[in-house]
Amino acid sequence: MPYPSYMQESVNKVAATRERRLHEEMKRIPVQERQPVLNGFHPDFIKSGMRELLVGPNKGSRTPNELADLLEGNSRIDPAKINLDKPDFDVDVLVLGAGGAGGAAALIAQENGANVLIATKLRLGDANTVGAQGGTQAADRPDDSPSLHYLDTMGGARFTNNVKLVEALVKDAPDAIAWLESLGVSWDKNPDGSYHEVALAGEAVPRCHCAKDYTGMECMRVVRDEIRCRNINHIEFAPAIELILDDKGHAAGAVMVNLETNEITIVKAKAVVMATGGIGRLHVQGFPTTNHYGATADGLVMVYRAGCPLVDIDTMQYHPTCAAYPIAILGQLVTEKVRGVGAQVVNIDGEQFAHPLEPRDMLAACIIRECTERKKGITTPTGQIGVWLDSPRIDMLHGKGTVEKELPAMVRQFQRFGIDITKEPMLIYPSLHYQNGGIKIEPDGATPIPGLFAGGECEGGVHGKNRLGGNSTLDIWVFGRRAGKSAAEYVKTAKTGKLTLNHVNKWQEELKKAGLVASRPISPKILPDYARQPYDYLSGNVIDKLKPGSIKVA
Amino acid sequence: MSQTETKPTAKLIDIYLMGKKYKVPEGLTIMTAMEYCGYRLIRGVGCRSAFCGACGTVYNFKGDPALRFALACQKLIEPDMCLTQIPFFPASKPSYDINKMEPTGDQLLKIYPDFIKCFGCNTCTKACPQDIDVIGYMSAAIRGNLKEVTEKSFDCLMCGLCAARCAQGLVPYNIALLSRRLYAKHLTKVPEHTTKRIAEINAGKYDAEIHEMQKMNVEQLTKKYNERKIHED
Repeated sequence: MPYPSYMQESVNKVAATRERRLHEEMKRIPVQERQPVLNGFHPDFIKSGMRELLVGPNKGSRTPNELADLLEGNSRIDPAKINLDKPDFDVDVLVLGAGGAGGAAALIAQENGANVLIATKLRLGDANTVGAQGGTQAADRPDDSPSLHYLDTMGGARFTNNVKLVEALVKDAPDAIAWLESLGVSWDKNPDGSYHEVALAGEAVPRCHCAKDYTGMECMRVVRDEIRCRNINHIEFAPAIELILDDKGHAAGAVMVNLETNEITIVKAKAVVMATGGIGRLHVQGFPTTNHYGATADGLVMVYRAGCPLVDIDTMQYHPTCAAYPIAILGQLVTEKVRGVGAQVVNIDGEQFAHPLEPRDMLAACIIRECTERKKGITTPTGQIGVWLDSPRIDMLHGKGTVEKELPAMVRQFQRFGIDITKEPMLIYPSLHYQNGGIKIEPDGATPIPGLFAGGECEGGVHGKNRLGGNSTLDIWVFGRRAGKSAAEYVKTAKTGKLTLNHVNKWQEELKKAGLVASRPISPKILPDYARQPYDYLSGNVIDKLKPGSIKVA
Repeated sequence: MSQTETKPTAKLIDIYLMGKKYKVPEGLTIMTAMEYCGYRLIRGVGCRSAFCGACGTVYNFKGDPALRFALACQKLIEPDMCLTQIPFFPASKPSYDINKMEPTGDQLLKIYPDFIKCFGCNTCTKACPQDIDVIGYMSAAIRGNLKEVTEKSFDCLMCGLCAARCAQGLVPYNIALLSRRLYAKHLTKVPEHTTKRIAEINAGKYDAEIHEMQKMNVEQLTKKYNERKIHED
């Protein structure tokens, strides 16, 4: 499925301007000039896409409609029917979520003496972590410093981050890289044995450590193996659906459900680590997503009704470069590393319109502007619009074979559909990628609820209103490890009281008072609704979510 | 941008799910075709973008029994395709302590003693949806060349199709994983520029500079940020 002929005309223009663009450098937009572009074109600033929460700890805060519905949702359980007296598990630390953050938390909690249970909605390691391609930031080169990493991270978010969390992030970074290597992660290295590092968007110097473009997958498969090697107890296909508190209001476990049999499992724990990841599968504002099938905000929903506040939930990250063609991979990530190693972003005429390494929110806004207001995008046969990511420039810049060496996953992904990215550009458009905000935490991973800790994408404040590339995989290792360590310390003195689900009863009362019970869905959502159900004989309902003949992708 | 839908006039083709015939529109992947038919997927689905290895699958065609292998999230459906799901395939995964092991072929054999039973049929290679030279890395593993195993197996998603097809019941993807871990752990080392930086951070070298920035207002930070020197190629 190479490009159709009318698209090929534009591809030829891109090839024609490539020689000239080889040394053409776009000006970066100064931080004080960013806001007008964002206001005009970034999805976070489309007023109709958000609303104020009507109940809960963040009452009055704005958040995307899709998330608001779930945060204000009804519980899946009736506490009166749940017996908490005979828990199926009684452990020190319960880790919810088994991606990078959950995996790191489990390993570190276990090393610090805790009896750990890690539970996950799908398989161990099935998480957004595996899809992280670009790399992991750590300021470990002589010409770099944690202070510069701090400044880049703050500036990329227009100085909206929690400064103490950023300090922890940048100071733990080199140690996180070394820790992963000590477990057996193969980072890319230069011939002299130093780390091969790439500059992603908004980074003043090359700082991203990578494992080709399988960075997250390489780290996850090693961490997952280590969990199995240490025989850390884990249960798969068992999402948590409510937190359990004790009579003092401390975290004390979770109610879990077997995804295939609906059997309920009660876990009693002295501490709980939330590592439930992101929310891309809510398809905010109808965007396709780069996220994992299970990224449905379950963790945010559970802690919110237990009384834990969230931060920066008014911003989502739209990754600027995601596949717009072919339709089978619509919305899938085209790693920032493609730009990090030299690809430019160009329009239908083969002209640049923004620096390829603008922070993500800015580049996404610039691409949307190019396609809408300026009408310089390319429309695919199915109506999706996009601009070109000119990957052949990479080999022109660094020598033949660079694309294949640095980006094997991307080469393979497009090759499956007959597109050779070493010779042809990719058509791209922004896609929903990351939840910038999340559960409020302290630098040690503690939340306002005693005994409840959080790490990774489900927590907020680290990235403020816009995350830099390479800081998400760093976040999971830094705050996953911190949460695991803090939880293990906490349980040494914690005394769990009587288990209760009273907070769920109170929540339902609050919903009732606000008149929201009937109009809000049941949450957490657990999985997206992708199955077309022409007729569900069990419920007798006709649920025609998709019209016959229509396609929902990715 | 809305969730993209093709025109309702998309051409319908026949496929078979676990033997039952369905009509589905062209252009779907194996995964989205199953969802189109009404399946709510729990097993055999993950990142949906060719990284997690949850959806490795086999298929053939009506009248052509030869098995083919693919990731269900990437492979487009074709007329008369016969599809199934392989949600879980049991595979041996011994427990070991990577810190106490030698980076050698003998070590691999201690953990996976069966793996010399490989008789080189190459079915594992044919089953790999990532086009990895599985037999090539297995032979490097037998020779104890862990660097070669690492390089040849690096793009493995651990979908398990190689193990599913191995006539001798071997688990190539787990052998590759152990080889890569041993190589990275014991035959390469954390570079000095990193260990030195960790020591500097632990000694508090950057604290004053960071704390000073934490006291700055947005204007001061903006100035400092815009004036920082940016590395260009």
